[in-house]
Amino acid sequence: MRALIDQGVDKVFGYPGGQIMPVYDSLYDYSDKIQHYLARHEQGAIHAAEGFARASGKTGVVIATSGPGAMNLITGLNDALMDSTPVVAITGQVPSTLLGKDAFQESDVVSVTLPVTKWSILVRTPEEIAPAVAKAFYIANSGRPGPVVIDIAKDAQVGMAEYRHSSCNFIRSYDPKPEIDESAIQAAADMLNAAERPMILSGHGVTIAGAGSELIELAEKADIPVACTMLGLSSIPTAHPLNKGMLGMHGNLGPNINTNKADVILAVGMRFDDRVTGDTGKYAPGAKIIHIDIDSSEFDKTVGSDLHIHADAKEALGRIAALVNQTKHEAWVESFARHEKVETERVKKQELFPDNEDGKMHMGEVVNKVSEAFGHDAVLVTDVGQNQMFSVRYFSFSSPRSCISSGGLGTMGFGLPASIGAKIAVPERDVVLFVGDGGLQMTIEELGMIMEYNVGVKIILLNNNYLGNVRQWQELFFNSRYSATPMKNPDFVALANAYGIAGENVEHRDALGEAIERMKAHKGVYLLNVNIEEMGMIFPMTPGGHGVDEILLNSTEYYKPV
Amino acid sequence: MENQLFTISVFTENQVSLLHQISMIFSRRCLNIESLSVSACSIPGVHKFTITCKSTRPMMEHVVKQIEKRIEVLRAFLHTDDEIVFQEVALYKVPTSSVLESGQIEDIVRQNGARVLEIQPEYTVFEKTGHTVEVKALFDRLKPLGLRQFVRSGRIAVTKATLELVDEFLERQEKRRDRLSR
Repeated sequence: MRALIDQGVDKVFGYPGGQIMPVYDSLYDYSDKIQHYLARHEQGAIHAAEGFARASGKTGVVIATSGPGAMNLITGLNDALMDSTPVVAITGQVPSTLLGKDAFQESDVVSVTLPVTKWSILVRTPEEIAPAVAKAFYIANSGRPGPVVIDIAKDAQVGMAEYRHSSCNFIRSYDPKPEIDESAIQAAADMLNAAERPMILSGHGVTIAGAGSELIELAEKADIPVACTMLGLSSIPTAHPLNKGMLGMHGNLGPNINTNKADVILAVGMRFDDRVTGDTGKYAPGAKIIHIDIDSSEFDKTVGSDLHIHADAKEALGRIAALVNQTKHEAWVESFARHEKVETERVKKQELFPDNEDGKMHMGEVVNKVSEAFGHDAVLVTDVGQNQMFSVRYFSFSSPRSCISSGGLGTMGFGLPASIGAKIAVPERDVVLFVGDGGLQMTIEELGMIMEYNVGVKIILLNNNYLGNVRQWQELFFNSRYSATPMKNPDFVALANAYGIAGENVEHRDALGEAIERMKAHKGVYLLNVNIEEMGMIFPMTPGGHGVDEILLNSTEYYKPV
Repeated sequence: MENQLFTISVFTENQVSLLHQISMIFSRRCLNIESLSVSACSIPGVHKFTITCKSTRPMMEHVVKQIEKRIEVLRAFLHTDDEIVFQEVALYKVPTSSVLESGQIEDIVRQNGARVLEIQPEYTVFEKTGHTVEVKALFDRLKPLGLRQFVRSGRIAVTKATLELVDEFLERQEKRRDRLSR
């Protein structure tokens, strides 16, 4: 416990069990310094720790017992690895004398977690605990952040050792902060200075490095349009004139089309995920690519680069900004507007101002109204699926660390617990969760955590009684054969009420505005169960395997830029 | 792109789970490790894995980067055969009677550069060091004599460069440590 306090930890999420009882017993003594949040399932605990880390930038901590407790963390560990989220998981392990003997609740935690963590260690003696904790925190939140597991045998937990303060800022085999190559910085600046149609792709790394102001400085000075990956959203305010929107499968027309028109692309803290690039064979054919990343294994992984800069995004962007010429690319920047106009006319209008008579709502209009009600400055947490895509498309961001979503792994069930962690991390901010009826029920037990700790999350359930995203794909690619996607749902508001959580059903769009106001005015947690049009589809869409500029505006029509 | 045989040398701290951490990067891509050998290297406390694998260069380059990303891995390097001096060792167990009857024992030893390690009334053990093709040649020669057991080690290799490639990294890290402790 003192090792944790030394790391500045004052909040942990977890679930006790047999082999972690000594840790919990000691937690009892330190309850004035460390607040423990009891989840209702270990997966909920780790997603909460992830939400905490994503909202604050601090390392999230989760504690679980051996065997099933540790195994229930796996999804969250993998999620944190994919989305570069600093998490330290402390798990109990059977006594070291029983290791390998199939003891009760024994799992080979280190072996199982190695592929889904940045680092994983088994601690067998009490003396090893403090150094392992120091090393774990250093690894989790340096370089490219990620999840780390400390698996502590029960005899190490109960053994006596004198506590020696341990700190760690160096590991011989690990270099999290590469020295920046000046000549590469100069080369990048030269390429941008020579560019006629430059574009910046801003990823999660920009947020993690806290490089938002350097990004904006560079973009403004050299007049470079910026597009964000989904996790890069909120690295630059939505309303910034050079922010041209989101990349990828359900991104905006402008940035996707213009990816293939650009002559120089500066990709920062992003990894050319297949959801961003589509068919890499047709990706950015005319562009020289500069790739900045803290993780050198990302270079040339899916998309080749002409220049790579192995560096922290903040440092690299700052130095490049100092070297680029003040210039204007008026026609190029203006070229995004043409596509924006088409998207507004052909897609956004129908989504934001639909006129179906039954009054069932579209996800986009709900997201937009909620964003507006919170002054476009709330923390958005999403689950996975259509609710996620509509949320990230139609929510607006004013400050960094405002978009928390499971990107790489696409973990349904992430949303509710992550929103709890986020609200606990930044209680002064509004935290709104958009979640579908499918994903909510994957971790719905965490309504218990909300009830117990009065976590004031605003939950907007976009309820279409379908697993909407899969249903959409079935309609488009599987002849509308809705295999296992319709869902018979419970009365969610009654369920929330059972947990002492206020909420209401919104059946018709006429009632939406006032319901949002009631939710906002309500002190504390609130659940809005919104009646969503069942057959809603998320567009634009670049179908899998297509080029980034082959974009469906609706089920049948591809966008043809004029 | 055609598959070719690559040799990867990996320098690591001497700790448990390293083999697992490295092998999982291959198994994730369904890459078959052709041979593997692990031992201490010339730098105290540092272990060296020598791995051979058939694949394409881009695939292997990426594998090497992902191996290097593991916390306890110091550096990993990709080599083709012309960049390294390499060797394997093989042992062959043959019935002594058939070796004697063949009358070829001197030829076998001389022509293949083999050694006899042990002779017992029941069996004789030959040892051969060399490249895979040479080891295979002796295997083919002894097969008709009723080869009872055969075992071949993984490849071991040193680079043609004068320094251990990992030295530069360690020097840089030592400087970093000095800076941090100041």
